[in-house]
Amino acid sequence: MSSEQRDHGRRDDRGGRQGGGQGGGRRFIRARKSCRFCADKVDYIDYKDGRLLGGYIPERGKILPRRISGTCAPHQRMLATAIKRARNAAILPFSLD
Amino acid sequence: MRVYEVLFIVAPNIEESDIDTLVTQLSDVSTNQGAHIAKIDRMGRRRLAYPIGKFSEGHYVVFTLEGTGAEIAELERRMRVTDAVIRYITIRIDEDLKRAEKFKARRVARAAASAGSRRGRRAEPVLPIGDNEEGDEEEAEL
Repeated sequence: MSSEQRDHGRRDDRGGRQGGGQGGGRRFIRARKSCRFCADKVDYIDYKDGRLLGGYIPERGKILPRRISGTCAPHQRMLATAIKRARNAAILPFSLD
Repeated sequence: MRVYEVLFIVAPNIEESDIDTLVTQLSDVSTNQGAHIAKIDRMGRRRLAYPIGKFSEGHYVVFTLEGTGAEIAELERRMRVTDAVIRYITIRIDEDLKRAEKFKARRVARAAASAGSRRGRRAEPVLPIGDNEEGDEEEAEL
């Protein structure tokens, strides 16, 4: 159970520069997305902040996957909880057409 | 003691003065039950993201209170039978706050440690490997 292994799994999840493994052909090297909440040193994501959360719900009103946003796992968990709470408080919609 | 955040939405057809009395009424209910109200935040009239009943707007009010949990039951019961309250949500926040404190303390400690050693740790890996607590990714990222 090396930390390297763990790190690898996580990187796959967020789409980094690790490419697609052994699948030959072209490999795109893209800068690793970084977690906005880590950069801003956010410790708690408030569910009442509709403007912040609104950025993480694209057209259908679903929660933006961290594959796209680059949010780290702990912050994505906080974010998901906050979004779900906000939905119950009618701050965010459950669905958008 | 636990810290709770009680958010409720008052129907838009209620007068401002009536909201005031409702808010004091509800805060009295919780204080009578032994809770300590730390903060009452009136967020004002906001659009609802989806209609609740026949309303598309509502007055948001947030209580932050400390208590054992028993007063929450009474407060929720009161809100349930009050027609003016169209939605209420109670969230326990003390654990989240504690966690946030912990992260903050750790961050401060780490900043102090790295400032003390040397600059330019750009070449170092992202994961602080020397930091071996019974941890998980959480501390690596935060």
